[in-house]
Amino acid sequence: MTAPLVEARDLRKYYPLRGGLLRRARAWVRAVDGVSLAIRPGETLGLVGESGCGKSTLGRLLLRLLEPTAGDVQFEGRSLLGLPPRELRAVRRRMQIVFQDPYGSLNPRMRVGSIVGEGLAIHRLGSRADRRRRVRELLDMVGLPPDAARRYPHEFSGGQRQRIGIARALATNPRFIVADEAVSALDVSIQAQIINLLQDLRRQLGLTMLFIAHDLRVVEHLSDRVAIMYLGRIVELGTRDEIFGNPRHPYTRALLAAVPVPDPHRRDGRTPLPGEVPSPVAPPSGCAFHPRCASAEDVCRATIPPLEGDAEHAVACHVFPARGARREG
Amino acid sequence: MALLEVRDLETVIARDGRTARAVDHVSFRLDAGRVLGLVGESGCGKSMTALSLMRLVPPAARITGGEVRFEGQNLLALPERAMRRVRGAGLGMVFQEPMTSLNPVFTVGSQIAEAVRLHTDLGRAAAWARAVELLGEVGIPAPERRARDYPHELSGGMRQRVMIAIAVSCAPKVLIADEPTTALDVTIQAEILDLLRTLRERRGMALLLITHDLGVVAQQADEVAIMYAGRIVERAPVLEIFDRPLHPYTQALFRAMPGVGGRHERLEAIPGQVPDLAALPSGCAFRDRCPRAIRECAEVVPPLDEKTPAHRAACIRV
Repeated sequence: MTAPLVEARDLRKYYPLRGGLLRRARAWVRAVDGVSLAIRPGETLGLVGESGCGKSTLGRLLLRLLEPTAGDVQFEGRSLLGLPPRELRAVRRRMQIVFQDPYGSLNPRMRVGSIVGEGLAIHRLGSRADRRRRVRELLDMVGLPPDAARRYPHEFSGGQRQRIGIARALATNPRFIVADEAVSALDVSIQAQIINLLQDLRRQLGLTMLFIAHDLRVVEHLSDRVAIMYLGRIVELGTRDEIFGNPRHPYTRALLAAVPVPDPHRRDGRTPLPGEVPSPVAPPSGCAFHPRCASAEDVCRATIPPLEGDAEHAVACHVFPARGARREG
Repeated sequence: MALLEVRDLETVIARDGRTARAVDHVSFRLDAGRVLGLVGESGCGKSMTALSLMRLVPPAARITGGEVRFEGQNLLALPERAMRRVRGAGLGMVFQEPMTSLNPVFTVGSQIAEAVRLHTDLGRAAAWARAVELLGEVGIPAPERRARDYPHELSGGMRQRVMIAIAVSCAPKVLIADEPTTALDVTIQAEILDLLRTLRERRGMALLLITHDLGVVAQQADEVAIMYAGRIVERAPVLEIFDRPLHPYTQALFRAMPGVGGRHERLEAIPGQVPDLAALPSGCAFRDRCPRAIRECAEVVPPLDEKTPAHRAACIRV
């Protein structure tokens, strides 16, 4: 098997909740709580979970846009955490992020040409003329007209602004892209344009992608493998066909069952998942999903199930382990 | 007689010295206990249609034509006082973002009680008791305690339940829900849709469900109306519209949706963008993006004609 391009090892990010006179940490929000995963070169890993599950935090940790509380991130086989600032800067060119809100993340006072070329300027890549040429090339790559460079973000529609955000991310020729809810705010017809664009670029440029989204239909469409996150942990990870065709974890199954099927012939009397996601400040003991899980047993309340299985499919569940993984206790 | 019958409704918005027809000759009917799904993308006029029915359009907008008949009475001709009675007991409304519609400085119980008192002659204590009862009915656990919570103390799903409690507090015959689950996570969305279904069945309420999500429509609606650039371009029973979409825009919407065709196949994106309502092309507003457009499409605005029984489409090519 090829070496992973990006790897997280027992990655954690805790935020302090401060209070009292001395503003001491009284409790910790465990946004990411022990995540290990590997992203292989050229693959798209879908990362799915509901609000507050830690998926955006995990994406930023992988780019070292956030400092982890514990654990390690490796990129191209080297730890990002030990890198001296200069080397980190060089690595940063090779990893980029595309945000959800293309308007909020584009400086309204800057022309599109400067926005797209900013990364090149920061990294001092090429002459001014080279950079102008590269910006034109990037705009063309994402389907924007050359004169877009002279205009401002507000002159563009939501879908076009997302194209600008993608062009900016591609400017420094990255190998790895984190797309954080990159198509979530777009209407269906425009969303399809951007999804197709991402697929084309991935193929043309051989990009590796972490595709963070809450829309399972989009994730199924775009991903090679999928990770499901709940309260700071990965509860299931597998190939797209395994996750969508043979989900094991009760949370994954509930999530899939909750997606309304766009077929009026298949109306199901599904029972919604009871309760709400608990607070990441005081997650339930054992498996964090146990209070909402219909299959929970004593062991689920006592011990945190590890993510076990093989390259095809791994599950963190005492009751429904991955095939091949031995049920304990 | 239809419970709610809308005929040729027209609402214009003044913007930068130009006018845009946000709602353009919209007609539909909604019978008691039925669900009409009103579907369209951002800016197609679906929310403005809902606000026009309630006569709650923003200051820049004006209802300029048509009729909204509720139980036979044209709401557009009612004096404001009478209209206020209709809002609440006739038509209730739920919005997408519950946080912006709730007042952050009052408890949710007092906000529901206020809605109850506005429309009934219940006293303070009785209105509070009714508020607690309503919170229970919309599935909020420990309603006596939760009634004393402020909106920020509740999760998004719980806030949407509170909004629904307010909307149904005066037993409306029609509930208008404008993207009620769009801001929510998928498992919470399923709960809210389930709640709407339960309330509707228990109370015999009709539902006008405004959404961009074809999955939600497939699961909830009896009839579907597809809107594009201020107009309804197709209207049919739900099975009919999913099995035999007629309008090229409807067909394109279905094909653009991931999870309907094969996985990893290219989606069929609709080229171009939704046109600016203040600068619509002549004739059919979709013709610039339509694979089947011909010269005649630029000449007349296609009427919403019945193409097959109970199935209407505004297209001269079908």
